[in-house]
Amino acid sequence: MSTTKSQPAPAADRTRQGRRDSGDAVRVVRLAGDAVSFRLRTRMTFIYGTLVAATLVVFAITLMVGDYEIPLPRVLLALTGEGERLDVFFVQGMRLPRALTAILVGAALGVAGAVFQSLSRNPLGSPDIIGFTSGAATGAVLTILVLGGGMTQTSIGAVIGGLGTAGLVYLLALKRGVQGYRLILVGIGVNAMLLSARDYLMTRAELTEAMTAQVWLVGSLNGRDWTQVVAVSCGTGVLIPLILGLGPRLRLMEMGEDSARALGVPTQATQATALLTASALTGFGIAVAGPIGFIALAAPQLARRLVRANGTTLLGAGLMGGFLLLTADLIAQRALAPIQLPVGVVTAVVGGSYLVWLLYREWRTGRG
Amino acid sequence: MSEPARLWGENLTLAYDQRVISRELGITIPDGSLTVIVGPNACGKSTLLRALSRMLKPAAGAVHLDGRLISSYPSKEVARRLGLLPQSSIAPDGITVADLVARGRYPHQKFLKQWSRADERIIAEAMAATRVSDLGSRMVDELSGGQRQRVWLAMVLAQQTPLLLLDEPTTYLDIAHQMDVLDLCAELHHDRGHTLVAVLHDLNHACRYATHLIAMSDGQVVAQGDPAEIITAELVEEVFGLPCRIIPDPETGTPLVVPADRRGKIAKRAAARQDGSTPPEEAPVAAGARQSA
Repeated sequence: MSTTKSQPAPAADRTRQGRRDSGDAVRVVRLAGDAVSFRLRTRMTFIYGTLVAATLVVFAITLMVGDYEIPLPRVLLALTGEGERLDVFFVQGMRLPRALTAILVGAALGVAGAVFQSLSRNPLGSPDIIGFTSGAATGAVLTILVLGGGMTQTSIGAVIGGLGTAGLVYLLALKRGVQGYRLILVGIGVNAMLLSARDYLMTRAELTEAMTAQVWLVGSLNGRDWTQVVAVSCGTGVLIPLILGLGPRLRLMEMGEDSARALGVPTQATQATALLTASALTGFGIAVAGPIGFIALAAPQLARRLVRANGTTLLGAGLMGGFLLLTADLIAQRALAPIQLPVGVVTAVVGGSYLVWLLYREWRTGRG
Repeated sequence: MSEPARLWGENLTLAYDQRVISRELGITIPDGSLTVIVGPNACGKSTLLRALSRMLKPAAGAVHLDGRLISSYPSKEVARRLGLLPQSSIAPDGITVADLVARGRYPHQKFLKQWSRADERIIAEAMAATRVSDLGSRMVDELSGGQRQRVWLAMVLAQQTPLLLLDEPTTYLDIAHQMDVLDLCAELHHDRGHTLVAVLHDLNHACRYATHLIAMSDGQVVAQGDPAEIITAELVEEVFGLPCRIIPDPETGTPLVVPADRRGKIAKRAAARQDGSTPPEEAPVAAGARQSA
């Protein structure tokens, strides 16, 4: 194994280019001659490491705090199944599955958002904006109000609604390949139609049913148990690695379809696979936690800006998504304790501010 | 019969949706040539280049690459044989020159083999050949147009393909940078034995640099061959509708197209308008049909 360090920009160069210079050190790793070789960006490695560490810290806090506080040593004991019965009940039965669900759903939404943004070449391209989330929500509301379904049926309804909408938007936007702006505009149109359909359903519903539907619509992690953890880990365990494998192709496609194809990327197949897997991933997230907003929108952009990457950072978006949702859920639980807020309220407040800032910035730089 | 060329197309019908650009077009790119395609706007030059580089699937007919249908190769395999510089590419936000050039190695990289020593050497060579080595750590979006075009060329070179297709590589560049890019093409052709195909707008540049010229009009090949043999005043008039004289380029002896002076006619028309009389009718110059091989 050999590692070499290369191309930190010379000091003079760096000052001339001001803040735009990446100043990014790269470490080349080679094993067994050339058979295994790749580059590690120091900054990227550092940011990802920090994100993982930060997530672990928030994770530990989530297990500790609550109306029944448990200090860290007893949490660790409870995790092994030892310790007091009440500790084990709270840690293993309530807080651990909820925290794991938050991380997995957050990661799923983050990665899916990154894929949508990459395909549409637009930081606004996320399942929230292009109608996928609305599709899933409408599917769920339809299930609750018309079919009177319970939790599992609602989830299934959400996934069907989401995938159906994604398919519809894709077909409507398809013309010699999908183009960014068309995908977003068609999505916004479909989104508006779904919203009105959902509102109509709500006005026709009984009060109690409408309440159930409304709570679901905000998105919440309250009372999530091991069933949800198992469901969402199966989904993300298969889909996230699949999507991460598409990363290099997606990054090339950001240079334009012709350039990517000239470099040997099968663009249409990649587009279809990416859209399908990202939709399924969003579907899993929504099925488990409801339509939690803004994680898919914000996580990819935050990760990308922190890393100063020159393309989609799928892994970063996943790590950031997990961290954001876990943190938001901690805030949702503790901000107005003992009142438990749905996590969707927190992400909407934080994410809404982010969206305003993003639009403002795009408008200022003339890229909006 | 001689061996078929590495890249050729037969009976090509090229269309975008329902709009047909070319019908039953036959084209052969001579091996080892610097082929330049010229023609008026919207004559189908770029469309032909897109078909030759499998960006556009022909509605009928077929493109052959190295003895097989180009459509029968896996995407990456084509990208190891044939490189294309499209008319417009988007440089990702915040990418450095070195990183962009490195993307040209994609068709050669494998899942575990992302950055071999060969990759590193070839990228350095491509950057040296296009004289962008000093720009390695600069951001692509802060370069000048001429520098940026050289960087894109370096990326295509890093692909290491024996065939290179360039779609209007000199557009938007000033005259000095145009010559830079064309000199680079000549160098690649001459020193490295690449086969190049370029779509160019400037006829005089085409005549000076091409070893094989293809003139297109209305989706069809009107003439092809050595520029010195095929470029005549009649051909230019027929293809571009521009009356002109052809003189030898004082630098190279290749044909130089000098458009006819029409200012006298403009002055005459203006004078006639002031007199209130109608300008005298002029018989249009008969454009002889012409086809040469």
